[in-house]
Amino acid sequence: MHSSSVSYTKVFISQLKKDLYLSALKRSEWLNPLIFLVLVQSLFPLALGADPALLEKVAPALLWVTALLSTLISLETLFQEDFEDGCLEQMLLAGPPFFVFCMAKLFCHWLVSGAPLVIICPLLAASFYIEGEALWVMALSLLLATPSLSCISALASALTLNARRGGVLLSLIVLPLYIPILVFGSGAIMQSLAGESAQGALFMLAAFLLLSVSLAPFVLSSALKLSISDS
Amino acid sequence: MNNFWTYLTQLYHRLASPKHFYLLSALWIKPLIFILLILFSVGLFGALVLAPADYQQGNSFRIIYVHVPAALLSQSAYLFIAACALMTLVWRMKMAAMLAKVAMPIGASFALLTLVSGAIWGRPTWGTWWLWGDARLMSSLFLLFLYLGMMALRSAFQDEQAGIKASSLLALIGVVNIPVIKYSVYWWNSLHQPATLKLTEKPAMQMEMLWPLLIMIIAFYLFFALMVILQVRNEILRNEQKSRWVNELVQKKTDQSGAQENADV
Repeated sequence: MHSSSVSYTKVFISQLKKDLYLSALKRSEWLNPLIFLVLVQSLFPLALGADPALLEKVAPALLWVTALLSTLISLETLFQEDFEDGCLEQMLLAGPPFFVFCMAKLFCHWLVSGAPLVIICPLLAASFYIEGEALWVMALSLLLATPSLSCISALASALTLNARRGGVLLSLIVLPLYIPILVFGSGAIMQSLAGESAQGALFMLAAFLLLSVSLAPFVLSSALKLSISDS
Repeated sequence: MNNFWTYLTQLYHRLASPKHFYLLSALWIKPLIFILLILFSVGLFGALVLAPADYQQGNSFRIIYVHVPAALLSQSAYLFIAACALMTLVWRMKMAAMLAKVAMPIGASFALLTLVSGAIWGRPTWGTWWLWGDARLMSSLFLLFLYLGMMALRSAFQDEQAGIKASSLLALIGVVNIPVIKYSVYWWNSLHQPATLKLTEKPAMQMEMLWPLLIMIIAFYLFFALMVILQVRNEILRNEQKSRWVNELVQKKTDQSGAQENADV
């Protein structure tokens, strides 16, 4: 039968299963960025001193910046292997639209590198003497922001697939695009620490989430197509 | 009306071909330089001599005549690049790719000029070269980073076409992000620093101060156009070096200079 008879959901799920299985096999790929995150966090008290008031004040900024950096680290391997062994090309040639595969890859990247941040960062924040509502705000802000981070990162990673010196280039492209998320993410926690309502910033993060989740799969598929056709 | 429209579309199609662009643009350079000389001399005379000193900032305000045009131009140049990128990706126009390529470093240098002139202006006015709290400073810094990222991506490929396509797509992603970055930085500023720093709240400008600024803005835009045209002409020759018309052009030039030498002897 013609390829249109294959349901998108089935394609999405089978691709997601495959990607999750692969990342379960290659544990270091998603574990290393998380170890990096915890490691960098633990360096700051050594450099700043152990003053609880100071640490509480700078913690939202530190956590957010290190979360961004660990997302950046998780990127390099995102499409590289699929690209080299020809999987991407096969997906492109297969019947179902390419963006369905892209959505599955994005969701998998979020599950293995974004979702752990939602749990780990509030735990680390608690060790920085942040307590109460601010912790919930932090978890919520990360929950809303990490999918957008995954989308932006995946785009940049797709664009630099063929490039020489990909790693440094990637950070040059990605970090300016992270700015809005950083502003509202750490802004939400700061506001909640100051006793104000963090709703505004969280709504903004939700807006970015909708924008990036609805647009990214399509832009990502065209970026990957460019990289594949030029290889 | 109809004739005019067909004329415009024909001109557009002709300019899309590198050869015609090269031949047509040769006619524009001299008039453009002439207009620029007039505009810059009138604008600078108005800015440095005719305009009165600011009652608060004294003469130091005069750097506005470089700073504001550069800032406007650095943003417009990005839009220009994004428009070229769209044409490159959708219609595969060679000319658009070349224009985007040469406009990138020019736009980036105007972004740098904005930052440097802003810092020089900031020193006497605010008493500091740089303020991390000011949203305008931050957003122009990030604009410079976007330019640098685009240029780095463009040059990171072995295959030039791949670099063109990737950086075009990045330019389009960036154009969606520029307003988002700009307004989020503004919002961030209002979050953390509620108007403790009243920088240069622009009062309604006087006419004597305003007209040189407008002339300088026009002059900067034309200067950008001139720079892009001059550089894209080189780029055309480099790209089309194997084509017949370029070889004929080179042949004609060498013949001419050969004849000149013979006449000298």
